[in-house]
Amino acid sequence: MGKSDIGPPSYKKMLPAVIEKNYGKWKYHEITKPGVLRHVSESGDEVWTVRAGSPRLVSIDFIRDICDIADKYCDGKLRFTSRSNVEFMTPKKENVEPIIAAVQKLGLPVGGTGKAISNIVHTQGWAHCHSAATDSSGLVKAIMDELYPYFTSMKLPAKLRVALACCINMCGAVHCSDIAIVGIHTKPPKVDNSKVSAVCEIPTTMASCPTGAIRKNPDPNVKGLVVNEEKCMYCGNCFTVCPAMPLADSTGDGVAIYVGGKVSNARHTPMFSRLAIPYLPNNPPRWPEAVNAIKNIVEVYAKHALPDERMGEWIDRVGWENFFKLTGIPFTEYHIDDFTHGIDTYRTTTQFRW
Amino acid sequence: MADRDTPLINNLEDGPWPSYVKEIKRAAKKNAAAKDLLGVQELSFKDKITHWKHGGIVGVTGYGSGVIGRYVDVPEEFPAVEMFHTMRINMPSGWFYTTDALRKICDIWEKYGSGLTNFHGSTGDIILLGTDTKSLQPCFDELTEAGFDLGGSGSALRTPSACVGPARCEWACIDTLDICNNLTQEFQDEMHRPRWPYKFKIKVSGCPNDGVAAIARADFTIIGTWRDSLRIDQDEVRRYVKNGFDIKGIVTDKCPTKALAWDEKAQKLNLRADDCVRCMHCINKMCKAIRPGLDRGATILIGGKAPIIKGAYLSWVLVPFMKMEPPYDEAKELLHKIWEWWDENGRTRERVAELIERMGLKTFLRAVDLKPLPQMVYRPRANPYVFFD
Repeated sequence: MGKSDIGPPSYKKMLPAVIEKNYGKWKYHEITKPGVLRHVSESGDEVWTVRAGSPRLVSIDFIRDICDIADKYCDGKLRFTSRSNVEFMTPKKENVEPIIAAVQKLGLPVGGTGKAISNIVHTQGWAHCHSAATDSSGLVKAIMDELYPYFTSMKLPAKLRVALACCINMCGAVHCSDIAIVGIHTKPPKVDNSKVSAVCEIPTTMASCPTGAIRKNPDPNVKGLVVNEEKCMYCGNCFTVCPAMPLADSTGDGVAIYVGGKVSNARHTPMFSRLAIPYLPNNPPRWPEAVNAIKNIVEVYAKHALPDERMGEWIDRVGWENFFKLTGIPFTEYHIDDFTHGIDTYRTTTQFRW
Repeated sequence: MADRDTPLINNLEDGPWPSYVKEIKRAAKKNAAAKDLLGVQELSFKDKITHWKHGGIVGVTGYGSGVIGRYVDVPEEFPAVEMFHTMRINMPSGWFYTTDALRKICDIWEKYGSGLTNFHGSTGDIILLGTDTKSLQPCFDELTEAGFDLGGSGSALRTPSACVGPARCEWACIDTLDICNNLTQEFQDEMHRPRWPYKFKIKVSGCPNDGVAAIARADFTIIGTWRDSLRIDQDEVRRYVKNGFDIKGIVTDKCPTKALAWDEKAQKLNLRADDCVRCMHCINKMCKAIRPGLDRGATILIGGKAPIIKGAYLSWVLVPFMKMEPPYDEAKELLHKIWEWWDENGRTRERVAELIERMGLKTFLRAVDLKPLPQMVYRPRANPYVFFD
């Protein structure tokens, strides 16, 4: 047995020399063009950053490729952003264009800065997860192929953060994104009572249900569970604690689109994303229904929002009634919140738009 | 095994955005599991359903977390991914790397795993995707020799993460990288040996722009802020204006508390410092002229999480201002008090915010020895149902 609890290596060993020297001394920065940042220090030093998109699910040879670029131009150092972009940093301005050329030669886009769509934060999907209600990498690829020009330019009213979670567990915590895409189930779990007693703890499974829809099977001869299907909203929490309650369904599973969330405190306080489209089908490999719906929302936002207005700030100004009108998305009974904190969303004023 | 035709996923090799399918194919040239993953992905595209089973308990000696067991539900068809476990490797703070460190990880993963990775998973770890049970221990042993360790999983402290902070950002009010690294090293046991009601996340953002989404994604949210006034360089402000910058339209009109006003006649940007709520907008738009103040620390917020189970929460203000100097004892003591109360009272799979909602913020504040402050709420209660005790 080897070492244990050594923790991660210190970031101090990983910093480029210009970063180490100017740590905590940065004065200002500018985006000189899409994907290129220039940070200037109190010392007068500067560091140039080239930001490149990545598919996130990558081979070790991809990592070696980007290491080659960093070895050649960045003294063997690089970093990643919280949205899986790769950043190449150099104090030398003359290295910027060769880095861009090398990055593009690998087929990677340069961009994701300022008033752009950055890389989509996402989860594992059908590539690796047992509870996925949609794919992640595939759907993200289909979306980013369509939104690509918004990554490599800065022509939106403000930054636009897109995130995707392949089920409502949201291990990617997408719930405060300008556009959140969420995999959803629409059918109750199918209880396999032949397995329940072997692989599940019955009280834990019952307690896991947020709506109290699961109870002991009333048949004394069956050691198992029953689901009150009218009370089930397909969250899958029971499946997480009890594998004998699968709810994935090839025709029922799909995606929902939520919009208008943000985490930054700039101007408006942080906001949750809210339901725009309750359900679109899983239609691989290109998910045209979901991709077109997202593209429409982006285009309507780009056309109507004022400069520096995030999606949620624009909707806040024009009102949700106008959001639905402008995007042509139907408002349905599914949009009205009837869960625990829903009542706070009901309108208590005569102020609204027609 | 024979090469399979994968027409559905092959479609995703086209298009301008870099293709993960091409990446799986690169790995598949050297590795049978990566090759079978192509087949599993194709089958899911055809069936519109996942083919991964619930994970079992697998891991390395002495650890309860950091490895996620994964098994395919059609092992007879795809034997190389019958086991396809994930290893979460704790990244360095801020996701900075030397290429030597990255190449070492690649070499180890070439030897023991599928050659597929995520840089990074959504919590921030390096994700090594796909290996079998017997490879876990030797892979881990070599990773620790190379200076890396596992991250968190299950009902444990999850791998803390931080924004780029003072390493390359002029707005960092706290040393996010050092705080993240220090807390991670302090709480190795809490990360590696799950024993709580559910997961617990810590994220550190250097300023209220909140680059790592700490307010939405962390149970314990640390966001850099300042107590004194914005610093305004009036010469630089005038330079912006002279160059045609619409200071009224872009900056002062958008100040949420109207704390800023541009005096055209005096060519001066006036600030009512008491009204500034440190939203960052003016700083974001005029970073050469306006900077955060100098009396810096963090606002600590509690409870951010995704919807499971009771709904999504944004973190609530808990400590409006805390100085953040190493060794960060005040934050650590607060964390211990929070964990003790949550561990004592929380139900299975109940996050700390849900427990606070169930038992009341008042009860929680008493348990962690904090006094109520108006900064903790938007507004006081409107109802008369007060429990006097």
